[in-house]
Parts: sequence; structure tokens; C-alpha cells
Amino acid sequence: MEEHEHEALPPAVPPVNRRDFLFRLGLALNTVAAAFVGIPVLGYVASSMFKGKAQQAWVALGNLDSFPTGETRLASYRNPFTTPWDGATADIPCWVRRKPDGGFQVFAINCAHLGCPVRWFPQSGLFMCPCHGGVYYEDGSRASGPPPRGLYQYEFRVRSGHLEVRGGETPNLSEPV
Amino acid sequence: MNRLRALGKWFDDRLALGRLYDQTLGHRIPLSSASAWYVFGSATLLCLIIQLVTGICLSLVYVPAPDQAYASIEYLDYVQPLGWYLRALHYWGSNFMVALVTIHLIQVFLFGAYKYPRELTWMVGSGLFLATIGMAFTGQTIRFDQDAYWGVEIIVSILGRLPLVGEYATHLLQGGPIVGSETLSRFFTLHVFVIPGLLISLLVVHIRLVLVLGISEYPEAGKPMDKETYAEEYEATVARAGIRLMPEGGGKDLVFSALILTAIILCAAFIGPKIPNGPADPSLIHTVPRPDFYFLSLFAAFALMPPYLEGFVIVYLMPLAVVLLFAVPFLSRGAERHPSRRPGAVVLVVLVGVSLVTLTSEGVRSPWSPEMDAWSGQPVQPRFVEGRSPLEHVGATILQVKQCRNCHALDGKGGKRGPDLAGVATRLTPDQLVRQVLQGGGNMPAYGKHLAPHEVSALVAFLETLHPANAPAARNSAPPSPAAAGHPDKR
Repeated sequence: MEEHEHEALPPAVPPVNRRDFLFRLGLALNTVAAAFVGIPVLGYVASSMFKGKAQQAWVALGNLDSFPTGETRLASYRNPFTTPWDGATADIPCWVRRKPDGGFQVFAINCAHLGCPVRWFPQSGLFMCPCHGGVYYEDGSRASGPPPRGLYQYEFRVRSGHLEVRGGETPNLSEPV
Repeated sequence: MNRLRALGKWFDDRLALGRLYDQTLGHRIPLSSASAWYVFGSATLLCLIIQLVTGICLSLVYVPAPDQAYASIEYLDYVQPLGWYLRALHYWGSNFMVALVTIHLIQVFLFGAYKYPRELTWMVGSGLFLATIGMAFTGQTIRFDQDAYWGVEIIVSILGRLPLVGEYATHLLQGGPIVGSETLSRFFTLHVFVIPGLLISLLVVHIRLVLVLGISEYPEAGKPMDKETYAEEYEATVARAGIRLMPEGGGKDLVFSALILTAIILCAAFIGPKIPNGPADPSLIHTVPRPDFYFLSLFAAFALMPPYLEGFVIVYLMPLAVVLLFAVPFLSRGAERHPSRRPGAVVLVVLVGVSLVTLTSEGVRSPWSPEMDAWSGQPVQPRFVEGRSPLEHVGATILQVKQCRNCHALDGKGGKRGPDLAGVATRLTPDQLVRQVLQGGGNMPAYGKHLAPHEVSALVAFLETLHPANAPAARNSAPPSPAAAGHPDKR
């Protein structure tokens, strides 16, 4: 059917005709429309890349009394920014060491090698990692195994009898807290 | 009957099914391509179909939110009628799919089927291979048990090693600065929308290429391929001795696929689904995260490679391996296709195969991981403590309570990170033992700060007894100075 119509058209048409113009106009309009859709989509997906520091805040870890001098204890804080469906993933554990002089060290649970949860052994004063065998001393420094550095340490402060840490970010080598 | 035929013709006039069949399932292939070796691609496709059907069904129940994901998996396993069976089919289907796509890739590589004119078919196939691996990883992640949670942490830590972009890459994958609800949503979206979409698109191109270029003929040694005449010869071969893919050529595919389907059904019915190992709660730290078996080799590689190599491997070697996979047709340009004329290709396959099998078996044993409960849980055989002095008994106790056995086995019982201590006295003198305990070294932590001098004496006294009856303990060549004897802390 269509071929017959084409044959019926007059053979002499100018090089830029109406159909050509419409086609190019259509391409241009769609490119603009695609940008209006595409840029917000990219922004929506990539927004997570840029909310790192903004999501950090001071959160309470517990009473000073709950951390006896000379001991290292497991504590956990509620991630400062959560969604209602976060469940248990918003409760971030960490190791709190009360040094013999009364000062604190707050270690991230994540091994500096590849992020597995390190476990504290008070008898030998070591943190051991169950994944690839990284071991750390009680002050968080690297003892043996593949970790390239000691345990990550959170910033902390003491406010009205409570220990607080600056939480909200899982540490790794490119952002060691 | 005539009426049925007329109805068929009515549809065929409109849908042109006959022509479609001639160009697809009925297209002619060389007789030599109907070999029993050429069954792995179609079997992989069968697995994909199982995965699509069971996956869509599972998504009817599964909830991709951290507070309910684990509960919905348990619901599937124990409440939803046949939920356990569909989970099992999906799990075993994925195992078989990873295995079959790998075998398909190896077979195509060994048969030189990626050579002219099928370079693009290989590259698209490599994309399909990577997409399958991506499906396997994201799939084990949205099980959202403890292995899944820490598996994500491991991948994020690997990304975090990237220079400059590390922080952005981790945040993009996590959907924020921590592993949480957006992370699970992202892995779910990757697993059910993004990667399957990519996989099906690539598959369409892959099959289009197979139809346009034809299935490669069975390789013949000493019959090099000539680009000038290849297309002509292929046409001639098909015209002279060609058969239709279906039904003549496809019988072996149907039989093999039926065998695979049976195997998947049997595994699913009798072994069942992968049971999740506890909810993804980061505060439950008494966990020993392990990936599903196809990633154990990677897991092992990261434990065994020297730490200074890790950055290089992550930043350069892993991307380079992907580039090399895609570039195979352009790196191997010889005209011979038969493996007997391509020893390099065979050696490469054997080398990669042996490496992967070795790393996987090491990954299963993971001797580098301390055995976290060995110090309190592993029994001590009587012969190590029978007839020992009180001092040596104290030493034996110290060996336990200081967690030495998390890394050191006693006659095979305990951690494998350090050497077995059963015969340690024959290897190290008392002085060397003291030094090793206090200062560590050779991948052992130093215990100087956590052992009192009398504890070191007792521990070394016990270690001194650890030698076979017929092999005496090692001794210093020079007698120790009287002042130091018995006082390891003074050395």
C-alpha cells in the first residue's frame, strides 16, 4: 500500500523538505525530553554517593559506668539516620576499650582487611578476625595477618556521664572514619 | 484433520511461523556440529528458564526490606506450601547454571570456536558469563543472612580499596554510608531487574549471532581456517551435509537438558534449599562469614596473597582479567582450532582450572582463619598431659586460656593458622620458644604484654614436652648462662 503512495508523490522535491525537518525536530525534542528524564534519574541513583559526611552525628554508646577501667566491651549504637524498615542493620556494634588511665578507645567492629567482624579475647588481649585471620593488639594496632593497618577508631566524646561516638559511616580504607 | 490443517494454515498465513522456524530452530547446521560436546549452551539456557520461573514465584513472597527479608525466607521455607521446594530449585538451578556456563565457556575456548567470524559471539558470551556470576552474588546477598551481610561488607571493603573513587563507589553500592535498607533494595533491584534485563538482552544478541553466523563446525586438527574462504566453505558444508538444528541436530541437547533438569530436581528435593545462617544482624558478631562455593576461590585468594599485592590485584589485576576475557578472540589469532594444535590454550585451561580447584578447596578448609572456639571447645588428648609435672600442667592450661589453640592445633585439633604444636619441641629450643612467645613474628602476635614471667616459664616448660618419644627436644648448642636459666623474662 505505502509503496504505491510513494510512487504517487511528485519526483522533484527540494533537498530539505518538510519530512526531513520534522524528523530532525523530532530528534531534537526527544533529546531534550530524554535529558529531563535522564538527569533526575541519575541524580536519584547517585545521590547516595554524596550523603556521607552529612549522615554522621554524635550518638550515645552508654553510661561511663558500663565501661570498667582496663576492660574492652562490646557496645552498639543506633545509626543516626535510619529508615523504619532498617531493622537490626541499624544497630552498629563497636568495641569500647577503657584504658588503664581512664581514657577511651572506640574501635569499629570491621576488620581493616575486608570488613569482617573482629572478636575480642580478653585472656590474650587480642582481637581476632574470623575471615582471613587478621589479629590486632588490645590498643587496636595490627599484630599479624593481612590487615594493612590497625583497627579503625571512632571519634568519641564524653557528655554528661555518657560516652558518645561520631557514627553513621561504615569505615573502610578510603574513609577510615 | 483437514479442518485442523486449515486452522494451522490460517495462523501461518498471518504469523509466518513456517518462515520463522526455517530461520531459527529449523536452520541448517553442519553435521559435525551435532556433536555431544555442543550441549552446554542449551543446558545453560534451560537453567536460565528455571531461574526465571522460580525467581518470579519467589518474589511473590520475598520482602526486600532488612527487617522482614529473613523472616520472609523462613516463611518460604516453613509456611508457604512448596516454598522450600521453589527455593531449592532456585538455589540448585543457580549452582548448575554457574557450573554449566563455565563449562560452556571452557569448551568454546578449547574448541577455538571464538575465532573468525565468531569474535563478537565470544564477547557477548563473556558478558553473559559475568552477568551470571553477578546474579549468583546478588542472589546470595538477598538471602540476607549473616553470610550475606558480611559478604556485602567484604565487597564494599574491596571497593573501598580503589584509589580516589573508593568512597563514591562504596556509597553508590551501599545506597548510603552504611549497609542497611537501601543496600538490600539495591542488591534486590540488581538481582531482579538490572542484571536479568542485561542478561536477556545479551542472550538475544548471542542467539542472533549464532543464527546469523551458524554454529561452528567440529574442529579438525591440521585444517587451518582461512578468513578469505571461510564463509564460502561453511555454506558449502551446510549445503552438502547439513541437518536442521531441530529436530535432527537437537536430540542431544534435549537429552542432556533432561539429565540436568533431573539432577536439579533431585538435588532440590533431597538436599533442599540453602538454609540461611541467622538473620543479618551486625551485632551478632559470633559468626564466621563464608561465601557460596563459587566465590570461595576469591575468598581464599584474598587470604593467601601477600598483603602488599592486594591493592595491585584489586585495582589492576581483576579489571585486567575481565578485559583479557573479552579480548580472547583478538589475542589468539592463529588459524588452527583443534586443541591438539593449540597447546598454549590447553595449558592455560589446566592452569586456571587447577588454581581455581586448589583455591576453592583451601577456601573450604580456610586454614588461615583462627578457629574461634578451639581454645575452650577442642579437647586435649590425654597423652599431652599424662604424667606431666605441676609446672607443665600450668603451662598446658595457659596454652588453652591464652587462645593459643585458636591458631595452633595439637595433633590436628585446633586452628591451622600457625604450625601444629604436637612436635614443636623438636623444632625450637627453649630459648627460641621464649623469644617466639614474647616477641611473636612470622605472623604471630607478641604475647609479651599479656604473659607474666612465671606464665612464660610454665608455658615453655609444657611446650618442651611436646615431642615424640623417639625424637628428643631441641637444645641450645651452648649452655645457657646461669643467670638466665629458668628466667625467660631476663633474656
